[in-house]
Amino acid sequence: MSRARGGRRAPLALVLPALAVVALALLPLVYLVLRAASGDGRGFELLWRRNTLELLWSTCLLVVSVTAASVAIGVTLAWLVTRTDLPGRRIWAVAAALPLVIPSYVAAFCLLGALGPRGLAQQVLGVERLPEIYGYWGALAALTLSTYPYVLLLTAAALRGADPSLEEAARGLGRPSHEVFRRVTLPAVRPAIGAGALLVALYTLSDFGVVSLMRYDALTRAIYLQYRALFDRQPAAVLALVLVALTALVLLLEGRSRRRTHRTSPGVARRLQPHPLGRWKLPALAFCSAVVGCFLLLPATVLVVWLARGLDRTDWPWNEALNSVTASALAAAAAALAALPVAILAKRHPSRSTRLLERLSFTGNALPGIVIALSLVFFAANYASPVYQTLVLLVFAYVVRFLPQALAGVESSLAGVSPRVEEAARALGRGPVSTTVTVTLPLIRSGILAGAALVFLSAMKELPATLLLRPIGFDTLATDIWRFTSVGAYSEAALPALLLIALSAPFVYLLSGRHEPEATEHG
Amino acid sequence: MKVLVGLLAALTVLAAGCGGDDGDNAAATTTQDGGGTLVVYSGREEELVAPLFERFEEETGTEVDVRYADSAELAATIAEEGDNSPADVFFAQDPGSLGAVEDRLAELPDEVLDRVDGRFRDDDGRWVGTSGRARVVVYNTDVLTEDEVPDSVFDLTDPKWKGKIGIAPTNASFQAFVTAMRLDVGDDRTREWLEDLMENDPKFYERNTPVVEATAAGEIDVGLVNHYYLYLVKAEQGEDTPIANKFLPGDDPGALVSVAGAGVLESAGNADAAERFVEFLLSDESQRFYTEEAEEAEIPLVDGIEPKEGVPSLDELSDSGPDVDLSSFGEELERTLELLNETGYTS
Repeated sequence: MSRARGGRRAPLALVLPALAVVALALLPLVYLVLRAASGDGRGFELLWRRNTLELLWSTCLLVVSVTAASVAIGVTLAWLVTRTDLPGRRIWAVAAALPLVIPSYVAAFCLLGALGPRGLAQQVLGVERLPEIYGYWGALAALTLSTYPYVLLLTAAALRGADPSLEEAARGLGRPSHEVFRRVTLPAVRPAIGAGALLVALYTLSDFGVVSLMRYDALTRAIYLQYRALFDRQPAAVLALVLVALTALVLLLEGRSRRRTHRTSPGVARRLQPHPLGRWKLPALAFCSAVVGCFLLLPATVLVVWLARGLDRTDWPWNEALNSVTASALAAAAAALAALPVAILAKRHPSRSTRLLERLSFTGNALPGIVIALSLVFFAANYASPVYQTLVLLVFAYVVRFLPQALAGVESSLAGVSPRVEEAARALGRGPVSTTVTVTLPLIRSGILAGAALVFLSAMKELPATLLLRPIGFDTLATDIWRFTSVGAYSEAALPALLLIALSAPFVYLLSGRHEPEATEHG
Repeated sequence: MKVLVGLLAALTVLAAGCGGDDGDNAAATTTQDGGGTLVVYSGREEELVAPLFERFEEETGTEVDVRYADSAELAATIAEEGDNSPADVFFAQDPGSLGAVEDRLAELPDEVLDRVDGRFRDDDGRWVGTSGRARVVVYNTDVLTEDEVPDSVFDLTDPKWKGKIGIAPTNASFQAFVTAMRLDVGDDRTREWLEDLMENDPKFYERNTPVVEATAAGEIDVGLVNHYYLYLVKAEQGEDTPIANKFLPGDDPGALVSVAGAGVLESAGNADAAERFVEFLLSDESQRFYTEEAEEAEIPLVDGIEPKEGVPSLDELSDSGPDVDLSSFGEELERTLELLNETGYTS
């Protein structure tokens, strides 16, 4: 953690916690290396099979398409709800972000229930056959549904926080609006789009529920297959390491596309005159309706139809709901705290090593839940048995899995706060710790909360690690959904699913940002 | 930064506190004195087997803590936990999962093992089958009559079934069936069958339930599954759902009878209760549970207990089905998967 370029040495009080966080986040990777190294090396032969290459290709294809679709939908929506006179844009901002609360496996079930063979659509429309939904297109739809809100939320927040004077100047110079968008607005929010796209890509890499339900051959499916069919942990570890390598590639690409975009002045925090949509108003409304209709109303309708079919058989899962909220809230708080030292170190003392440290903490996010779960089973059962199968370990697993989401929140708001403010505090005689606590933290408060909220939402939905690591008898809404869907009892799974959505929705409202840019509060 | 560190410490304490509160059960599991709590890792679904646990609690006063998850994932968990496993009993969906952790299981007493036929338990006595399931051809009754469904899986390679067959090749039950075929008619004939079947464009599903659902939906005409999924799908979709099972006659590999089973961990902290529980699963009363109450109508394995109406008894089935040794399936699985991989069923 040597000297930052031209900056001062990073304080030990920052470096040590950051190192500890990253070391803990790397446990799954350590486990994979241990497992891959044990055994007779047969696992490595897998690498050169044609099948593995095909898997690699289909995984990359899915990651690229889901990311592209999410960015297209997310950025368009973000621009519409923050920069235009779109009617009802406050409501659209929340409604369009809401699909984030639908677990992707539930989304896949719902899409299949609606559009699959003899699904609701076929019954309603009375047609004989619909186009095949299984495979690439189904996986693309279900994954885009559950991930584009990442891009929408982060981009919208950045647009709200961006200094409007540049755009006004460009408009004043008579530039057409698409050019203003491309040359002024877009570069200003590129880090936010990149951060959102990164979360989307990592989620897609790690997802198993969707690709298995949609029968799309991705690496995660092969990893699960190794565990489930072969009971062989070594080849599974080798395949998971391939996934880690892909993650590294994604991180490298995202890192390259990043520009250093510190705001040079806090700017004047005021609303930009909304861009009139004119004759584009109707198409814009149609676009928003289509997105919300397909990605929110359609799954919700399917769930309600299922619920109506089986309401008399279901008890309200209040206890499960309480468990979900408790575990997720603890995970959110812990992840936000863990993200702080890593983010501040990477943003305020940028060097090759601090950036590497930050990137390393992303490892867990692209690994499928089963790998995280088994790695923590191994370490905790053998080296930390007092916490094994307690809530502490479950919360820890959530932090390892979702740390990057907390980082995304903290970093994007750090990027919006000029280091000059902190330098001024230092120049006035404040120490580094005092500056962080009294100056930086209040300024990035909303970013910390946003990151925590993202982690909360993800933890509410998490299933594979929850199943293996929860305390015995600690049922959550997600495990309840699994319990019913695994025996095909969708009508009974609908209630916990709807409750999960209802409990998560307020956090999306928080995230979709009624708050004004930071600069107004402190500028 | 001190504040941060302090906060972090406070949160850890808080989480630990909550863990303690919520984790009473978890704490009990780590006590090695067998203080009246039995820990079961169950790969069998809560919806299906929870009443059995309740009954055991009532009968013996022993509290049962159950961890529900996928059988194979629980097997992997037991392997990772090693000697520190909190589990006393592993109650699994298939012989494969039990076989995978065989070296962690203790030998069961003969009087427990002898409750079931030698075919349905481990050769070394480390696990025992607790209920049977037969492979069947499920078919859509709107499209086919029972007679139109072939009597042998070998007839499914006929081109008239092209695009109409559903299977779950990544599922343990399908793989056990292919293993049975290999042991019955040999690897070459099995490979030939797999290749011919592939010519017929079978549709792949992740598990058995979706195969049965797809049959009901008319997406496919026939599916190769275990017999009891039919009852689950009918419970969800209604009794008039147009599906039925055909139990294949003769010694066709498609008539394999496999088992769900249980074993006691060698590291069990509560070995007595664990053994009692396995014994309980094989008691007449528990076996009757499958006949009288359980929605899914599995086949009782103990002599003299008849299955639910419409399900053939073990005696009727034992005339059919391939003559194969279930406890060898663990070692045979690898070759089966190789074959499935080479023929393109599992990539």
